Amino acid sequence: MISAARVRRPAPAGEPSCPTGIQIHGLTVERGGRVVLSDVEASVRAGRVTGLFGPSGSGKSTLMRSIAGVQSGVRGTITVLGAPPGSAAVRRSLGYMTQAPSVYEDLTVAENVRYFAAVRGGEVGSVLERVQLMPWADQLVRNLSGGQRARVSLAAALVGNPRVLLLDEPTVGLDPLLRRDLWRLFRELVSEGTALLVSSHVLDEGRHCDELILLREGRVVAQQSPEELSRHTGTDDLDEAFIRLIEQP
Amino acid sequence: MSIARTLATARRVLLQLRHDPRTVALMLLVPCVLETLLRLVFARRRIDFDQAGAPLLAFFPLTTVFLVTSIALLRERVTGTLERLLTTPLGRLDLLGGYALSFGLLAAAQAVLVSALTLGPLGLHIRGPVPVLILLAACVALLGTGLGLLASAFARSEFQVVQFFPVVIMPQLLLCGLLLARERMPAALHTISDLLPLSYAVDGMHHLTLQEGAGVALWGDIAIVLAFALGALLLGAGTLRRRTG
Repeated sequence: MISAARVRRPAPAGEPSCPTGIQIHGLTVERGGRVVLSDVEASVRAGRVTGLFGPSGSGKSTLMRSIAGVQSGVRGTITVLGAPPGSAAVRRSLGYMTQAPSVYEDLTVAENVRYFAAVRGGEVGSVLERVQLMPWADQLVRNLSGGQRARVSLAAALVGNPRVLLLDEPTVGLDPLLRRDLWRLFRELVSEGTALLVSSHVLDEGRHCDELILLREGRVVAQQSPEELSRHTGTDDLDEAFIRLIEQP
Repeated sequence: MSIARTLATARRVLLQLRHDPRTVALMLLVPCVLETLLRLVFARRRIDFDQAGAPLLAFFPLTTVFLVTSIALLRERVTGTLERLLTTPLGRLDLLGGYALSFGLLAAAQAVLVSALTLGPLGLHIRGPVPVLILLAACVALLGTGLGLLASAFARSEFQVVQFFPVVIMPQLLLCGLLLARERMPAALHTISDLLPLSYAVDGMHHLTLQEGAGVALWGDIAIVLAFALGALLLGAGTLRRRTG
């Protein structure tokens, strides 16, 4: 299905401007006088599924918004494909799925995706296939379930095959089969060379990722692979590993 | 600014309206009902109907388009679609151009329908050219888009945004010369009315009612309405911030 020639190799770790991924240095975000993110260091490499995990309120969405270039009160540096967030170059190659489904309720599924395709380029049918919404293509979004709406929102982010994908809690509220299919889809996307950052508050989903960024109270607790995390903490249970990371002296 | 993205946005807004036929029907038919009502009120006073009926033709697109734009853009801000669009190559002017174009078209359709009724069966008499009347209505619609956009920036809910209607529109209605000729108002109010765009739209309608052809004064009024509209749109574009808290 995916030709070998299209597979871009992941960038070597530690490359300073990281032209294929996302680099975050010393990111601090203040909102209404409150520090929401504090001195965050993290990176997202192309070709790997990077999961952003942490409890609700830990700053996951703020981090996503900062990378997307829509968060104000940002200090520190972020580069996306080597360019600053919100720049014209980044906007051409970024797909962003917000936490609440940001699509038009009074349009059909296909009309929504068609509009985002017109704005960024891309093909509608294949995206609807990918998120399994083909049977609902002509339904008004307003008449869909919450999980279906979330997938319309996902489709709007995927259309045009952007090189960088920010997906804010895409698997929330979905049935286990669909969740499994979505993680397979994410795997497929990174194998095409996409830089993918996907957030979730269900730590157990971390086992689908190549790399985990663990966030708590606006600070990065760790960025490592699930295997490294298990080794460091001596447990395969990711919830337990998270607890041990925080409680260790 | 990209023509393709502007047209795609206009098409998207029109599709949203197509899925909401009740709103479209209300936008098109209510002005017809109101002009008919006015005709009945002035059943025995044709001159008064000519005096009041024509300025109302300029007032309808302002109210209709102000309300739909302010609510549509408030929804874009609240549901996150605006935030998402601003992470794509779509420019702010593409978005505004799309809204102005689609609602401008709708306002022109409304003006054609209401004028056909008012100038035909209801017997309103104007001396000026009808196409200029439609053009003036479309310019007023553009003004409605700009003012609606501005109002949406200062509201956080639909309750709040409809409250801007009496704030933004009603003073203009009271001072535009529909109730009392502007020259006969107290000097202070006359000065204020000089600063409000609807006054020029209504002046334009008076010219259309009284004079044959389209003179300099009429084109001047249209230009002023257009300038206000562009000013409001540009000010409004400044409220579409990419980075928010």
